[in-house]
Amino acid sequence: MEALLYLGCTVPIRNLNYEVSARLTAKALGITFRDLEEFGCCGFPLKSLNVEDTLVTAARNLALAEREDLDICALCNACAGTLNEVAHQVRTRPEIREKINQRLRPIGLHVEGKVKVRNFMRLLWEEIGVEGIRKAVTRPLEGVMLAPHYGCHYLKPSELNVGFDSPETPRTLSEMISATGAEVVNYPSLLDCCGGGLLGMSEEVANAMAAHKLADVSKTGAHALVLVCPFCNVMYEGQQKKIAKATGLDLKTPVVYYPQVLGLALGMTSEQLGFKLNRIKPTSLLKMVEG
Amino acid sequence: MTKINLNKLDPQFKNRVAEQPGGEGLKACFSCKACTAACPIQPLDKRYDPRKIIRMVLLGMKEQVLRSDFIWLCSSCYSCQEVCPQNVRFTEVMYAIKNLAAQEACIPPGLTAQRSLLRKHGRLYEVGEFENEKRLKFGLPPIVEHPEDFEKLLPDQPSSARLFNTADV
Repeated sequence: MEALLYLGCTVPIRNLNYEVSARLTAKALGITFRDLEEFGCCGFPLKSLNVEDTLVTAARNLALAEREDLDICALCNACAGTLNEVAHQVRTRPEIREKINQRLRPIGLHVEGKVKVRNFMRLLWEEIGVEGIRKAVTRPLEGVMLAPHYGCHYLKPSELNVGFDSPETPRTLSEMISATGAEVVNYPSLLDCCGGGLLGMSEEVANAMAAHKLADVSKTGAHALVLVCPFCNVMYEGQQKKIAKATGLDLKTPVVYYPQVLGLALGMTSEQLGFKLNRIKPTSLLKMVEG
Repeated sequence: MTKINLNKLDPQFKNRVAEQPGGEGLKACFSCKACTAACPIQPLDKRYDPRKIIRMVLLGMKEQVLRSDFIWLCSSCYSCQEVCPQNVRFTEVMYAIKNLAAQEACIPPGLTAQRSLLRKHGRLYEVGEFENEKRLKFGLPPIVEHPEDFEKLLPDQPSSARLFNTADV
């Protein structure tokens, strides 16, 4: 299958390990990603100031994708959520579609709402499936213990994720981790928000939110926390040192992206998968897999 | 507890919030506090209390809401919205409140800076040679900015886009 790869703002600048591993694993599983140079911001950062600006900024990307007649696959949870939400509005609210199109006219674009938007995990889940992943695994991650973190916009608002996953008892990421041969580690704060949304407003509150999960996961003995969102990464990886210092907790929890562990299970090397960009090295995990 | 001065309440405030995109449905709140119980911010900063914010809006405490800094503490996790038995879309209500605050020029400086950057580059981060060289090392295609669209698409000021009739969004 073919899809347009939507990178958003953060991933292609700050999370090349995510991008590189997503591209490699998708290719290995028969997904063809096409790039669209004109893609810009999804509009999420504008929503607090003006919801309409978010609608038109997101719709610009949707209109570009419609011109290519291809569905969108986004790597960031916030991008996928925003584009999906706006696509839904464009499809179901003709009066909003009309007004968005009025604002898109000066840049020569028009949106109809024909494009489907999914995050990378949903694409894997629906197009490849857990069985498909399991069959493709050539190097099962035996003995590796991984803690999943879904992220809020992966699961919510739930009305946009009907038929995919449940906000209260999510399973898709966990099952896709299992498919790699690794053991899924459960922990009490699984559903916690990372706090990334308010890092710019109150670092103290944001860090306190992330601290809870990091403390839980570090107690489980998991080899890594597995994410799919660059915002969550800012909190759990980027802020981890500061959080450890502020709380006095002994934290050294490696944080990895799902396609990085998937890639290992598909036989790719840690170098190919961009592990050298992981700031808290998953040394014991890589040792178990690569020796 | 601070006393509420009835003369300073704005009875139209709730209607203004309800007219914003996402604000509709606010008046259905029956104050059960499920939103507050589900909110991850509330235990960490008592000032951010979804149920209380709705009450403040319904009472017409416009100044205390729009000029406060606590309204910017929502992490947009949608926990409140998922549990509301009255289908109040509180995460969206918070966006409606923040949009109104922006119209009154009560905006945290970081957000204004972010918006200017976005309008100038079409993305949150400026992309230069350094970034693209790094991408090349990983075999990734270059990122190209298309700023021309964004100056046409986004007005100068965050609150000046009023093409939409807010009541129907």
